[in-house]
Amino acid sequence: MTLTTTLTDLANPTRFLSLTARVLPWLTAATAILLAIGLYQSAMAPDDYQQGATVKIMFIHVPNAWLAMFVWGVMSVAALGTLVWRHPLADVAAKAAAPIGAAFTFLALVTGSLWGRPMWGTYWEWDARLTSVLILFLMYLGLMALWRAVEDPSRAARAAAVLTLVGALNLPIIKFSVDWWNTLHQPASVFRMGGPTLDRAFLIPLLVMAVAFSLLFVTLHLAAMRNEILRRRVRSLQMMQASRKAA
Amino acid sequence: MQLSGRGVRCVRGGREVLSGLDFTVSSGEALAVTGANGSGKTSLLRTIAGHVAVTGGSIGLEGGEPELTLAEQAHYLGHRDAMKPALSVLENLLFWRDFLGGEISDAGQCLKLVGIEHAKNLPAAYLSAGQRRRLSIARLLTVRRPIWLLDEPTSALDSDGQTLFVGVTRDHLARGGIVVAATHAPLGIEAKQLRIGGAR
Amino acid sequence: MTALAALIKRDVQIALRVGGGALIGVLFFLTVVVLMPFAIGPDLALLTRLGPAILWLGALLASLLTLDRLFMADHDDGSLDLIAMSRTPLELSCAAKALAHWLAAGVPLIVATPVLGLLLNLDAGSTLAVALTLLVGTPALTFTGIIGAALAVTLHRGGLLLAVLVLPLSIPVLIFGVAASEAAISGPVSFGTPFSILAALSLISFVVGPFAAAASLRQGLD
Repeated sequence: MTLTTTLTDLANPTRFLSLTARVLPWLTAATAILLAIGLYQSAMAPDDYQQGATVKIMFIHVPNAWLAMFVWGVMSVAALGTLVWRHPLADVAAKAAAPIGAAFTFLALVTGSLWGRPMWGTYWEWDARLTSVLILFLMYLGLMALWRAVEDPSRAARAAAVLTLVGALNLPIIKFSVDWWNTLHQPASVFRMGGPTLDRAFLIPLLVMAVAFSLLFVTLHLAAMRNEILRRRVRSLQMMQASRKAA
Repeated sequence: MQLSGRGVRCVRGGREVLSGLDFTVSSGEALAVTGANGSGKTSLLRTIAGHVAVTGGSIGLEGGEPELTLAEQAHYLGHRDAMKPALSVLENLLFWRDFLGGEISDAGQCLKLVGIEHAKNLPAAYLSAGQRRRLSIARLLTVRRPIWLLDEPTSALDSDGQTLFVGVTRDHLARGGIVVAATHAPLGIEAKQLRIGGAR
Repeated sequence: MTALAALIKRDVQIALRVGGGALIGVLFFLTVVVLMPFAIGPDLALLTRLGPAILWLGALLASLLTLDRLFMADHDDGSLDLIAMSRTPLELSCAAKALAHWLAAGVPLIVATPVLGLLLNLDAGSTLAVALTLLVGTPALTFTGIIGAALAVTLHRGGLLLAVLVLPLSIPVLIFGVAASEAAISGPVSFGTPFSILAALSLISFVVGPFAAAASLRQGLD
């Protein structure tokens, strides 16, 4: 009961603006504190016996890579919201998430190639994992281009929603194909993540950083949604002004 | 200044749209071209503007600037308004002012005159069809050219807009300009009549 | 001069605003280059060797496919009629539009080249060589491409027809662009020879392109 009322309340952009105005300062503070703790712990973490200090890139890289995929998930839910439930804030959420998701994906790519540099001797290797992220990045950019290509946001919203869902269905297939393509050409990957065998000294800072980056996403996303709502209000005000009779 | 056509013939897409048309308009005169749909009114205007080549006969201007061609001394106002939706109203107007060149008047003042000054910094995409037409009229006022070729100039205009149009056209004629307008509705100004395509 | 500057400014503004296509060209370039390794295989040594060719092909396709609506958009909204009635010769207007298109769509391709060079494992020197040849060669692509863009107005058709018309015209640019890049990277030909020819091709296209485009547009106006 309370959940449905909250959802209907949030559906009203004005309520959303006033609610987020109250929440955002706290979220920003929490994000800053957690990021500070996470960065401190990451800096204090011991060097890896094989990788040395470069292992610390992991604390930035892994949360970014995780969020790169998570944001597409958020956009897919928002796309369903646009197409199925016609939730008035759904396309705002989807549009606001795309550039943030693209930024996380870009950071995952940059940190990934910096991390790979000492191991591969090049900044870029067509490693299956990195290549999949690169394709994800391209899909984010395509989605942003779609939003930019159409001036009327409500018309762009449905097209973007369809593309987002198709992308969500396609991502596992792309991932599988890239893995297959990669193993076909080169034997085992040079570069393997520790996985579950990760030491506690690494695991705790990594988890803190993951939570901090997730909070960062929520903060940025809410702020971007506010901007988008305001931008649309400016747009409709401008249209009202244009149709006003000359005095 | 006198704009005249002698036996103007024009063939477009294998079809003769104008056959042996004669007309004369002098400074301070308006010519209202009437005729049924498809009778070649637009073709005549586009022929005078130089967009369509004459197949026979000739169109000439006497007493104009000798250095310039007929098209360079004429304004063409067609169905398509040549305004970019992504640019603001003022940006659109300033572009045509700078690009068309020649004698110009204050763009902001012209927007005020046609009644869309309140929208000058908004994207042209937000304008209604009537407002876009007013913006086109502002272009005619901002860049001074003696000959106005107008294709259905009052379509999409409300009654205020039509009054405005009659006003600016009268001013233009009083300054010694020439107006050739293809129209269905009466223009509201004294004009010589040219009826084309009636015989067919 | 004000007239041409105004035209260039307008076209660049439209390309960069909402609905404009300036950055889509770069995205297309990026996508084409990323697709190549999937066809060739992730063998870095091979990709390095093919790098200049891949970059040039990508830039060629990206700069020609975005030309599609250069004149068509102006024709559809009536701007082309007024451009033809200006005191500026149509040839100069065509050249200005081509320059604006190169600034908005061609320069970003050159800026993106170093990033793509990284993906293809080109070293700094090779990337610089490719970027330099693109800087000199892409204007030739744009200025020959406008002939096709003008024909598209005459024929009332764009898209793939344009590509079929224009791509053969761009073969010399491709040959000397890739040759110059490879000469700079591995030799044995000296860099200067193909590079000078590439520059000459650009200079020729500056003259031929606008005249041919204007001639074609005059036919297409009615």
